[in-house]
Amino acid sequence: MISIDIEKKLRAYRGEQVLKIATQFDNGSITKIYGPSGAGKSTFLKIIAGLVEPERGKILVDDVVWLDTVSKASLSPQNRKTGFVFQNYALFPNMTVQQHLEYVSDDTQWISRLLTIGKLETFTSHKPEYLSGGQQQRLAILRAMAMRPKLMLMDEPFSALDPKMKSELILRLKSIWDELGTTVLIVSHNPQELKGLTAREMEINPA
Amino acid sequence: MDLTPIWLTLKLAAITTVILLIIGLPLAYWLSKGRSIAKIILEAIITMPLVLPPSVLGFYLLMAFSPKHGIGEWLHNAFDIQMVFSFKGLVLASVIYSMPFMIGPIKSALQQLPLSLSQASYTLGKSERETFIKILLPNIRASVLTAAILTFAHTLGEFGVVLMIGGNIPGVTRVASIAVYDSVENMDYTSANAYSLILFCITFIMVISVFVFNKYKAKSPLE
Repeated sequence: MISIDIEKKLRAYRGEQVLKIATQFDNGSITKIYGPSGAGKSTFLKIIAGLVEPERGKILVDDVVWLDTVSKASLSPQNRKTGFVFQNYALFPNMTVQQHLEYVSDDTQWISRLLTIGKLETFTSHKPEYLSGGQQQRLAILRAMAMRPKLMLMDEPFSALDPKMKSELILRLKSIWDELGTTVLIVSHNPQELKGLTAREMEINPA
Repeated sequence: MDLTPIWLTLKLAAITTVILLIIGLPLAYWLSKGRSIAKIILEAIITMPLVLPPSVLGFYLLMAFSPKHGIGEWLHNAFDIQMVFSFKGLVLASVIYSMPFMIGPIKSALQQLPLSLSQASYTLGKSERETFIKILLPNIRASVLTAAILTFAHTLGEFGVVLMIGGNIPGVTRVASIAVYDSVENMDYTSANAYSLILFCITFIMVISVFVFNKYKAKSPLE
C-alpha cells in the first residue's frame, strides 16, 4: 500500500498554485492520472520518486517512510528505486540500446525478454540519436522496467507510439506488471488514450 | 638554437593540464549544480585571471610565496620548499592562471545537459559519482577535450605571471615566451623568430586537432 499526503507550491503564469494530494494506491494497482497542463502531474510523480521535495507531506510505502517533512526524513531516489519513464525519455546519448539495459541489470535473459517486449531486438547496437521517437520511448520504458520495479511512474509514456504498437505494448507490459506485482501510475493528458487498461482514474487539479 | 625553453614550456603545459583536469572536473561539476554565495565568490576568484593583468597576479603570487612572507616562509621553514624562482612555482602560477580555461567550458557543458539525464540515473539506483563518470562525463567529452587543449595552449603563451614568479633562469624557469622576449632584447631576431615559429606551429596543430578528434563537432576555442 502506498499512502501519500503532500503539498507543493507550483510556479504558474497567474501567480502561485498549490498541488495538494492525499490518496492511497493498492499494491499491484494501475492508476491513470490526468488533468490540465501545468496542474502538477509530472511534479507529483517526481515527488514520489524523490526528485522534487514538497513543502509539506508524508509518503509511506508498505509502512516504510519514504518522506516525512515533519521529521525531515527523505529516502534518496537511489533507495526508492522507482521505475521512472520521463516525458522527454532522458535517454543517455553515449549508450546503445543494449548498454542502456546493461547499465541497470546484468540479467541477460531478462534484458533479452525486455527487448522482445519492446520490439527492439534488432536495434541493440543503436544509440538514441539513430532511433525513431517511438523506439526511443519504448527504450525509456524498457530501461525503467529493467530493474523490476515495485513502483512504476510513467509520464506520458505512450505519446509517440502508433495505436497498434501502443495497444500491443500495453498488453505485454500489463502481463509483466502482474507477474512482478508492480504498482503503476501513468500520467496522461487524455485518459481515453489508455483504453484497454483496466485502471483507476485520478484527476489532478491545482488549488 | 637552445631547445631547452621549448621542452620546458611543453613540460609545464602538460603538467598544468593534468593537474587542472584532476582539479577542474569535480570543481566544475560542483559549480554547475545550483547557485550559492560561496559558489559565486569562488567562481569570481577562478575567473579573475581572465581580466587581471598577468603581472598583478604574478606580483601577488611572488609576495605570497616569497620565503620571507606568509605561506612562502612557512613552506620554506616547514618543508624546505621554495616556490619562487623554481619550476614548482611556475606550475602553481600556471594552474591558477589557466584555471578559468579548464573550468569554464566544462561547467558550461554540464549545465547544458538536461537535468533529467542525471535524474534518470539516480532513479535507476546509481550514485552521484557513478552518474558523473558513466553518464555526464562521456556526454561532455568534446568540451573536456576543448578545455584541455585551451589550457595547454594558454599555458604555452604565459609570459607576465611566469616572469614575475619564475624569473629567467635557463633550464629552470626560462620558458619559450620568455626566451622570445630575451632574444629580442639581445637583438637576436633569428632565435626569437625560431622560438615564435615553433610556438605558433604547436598551437596551430593543437587547435586543428580539436576539430579533427571531435569530427568537426567541437566548439571553436573562441566560442
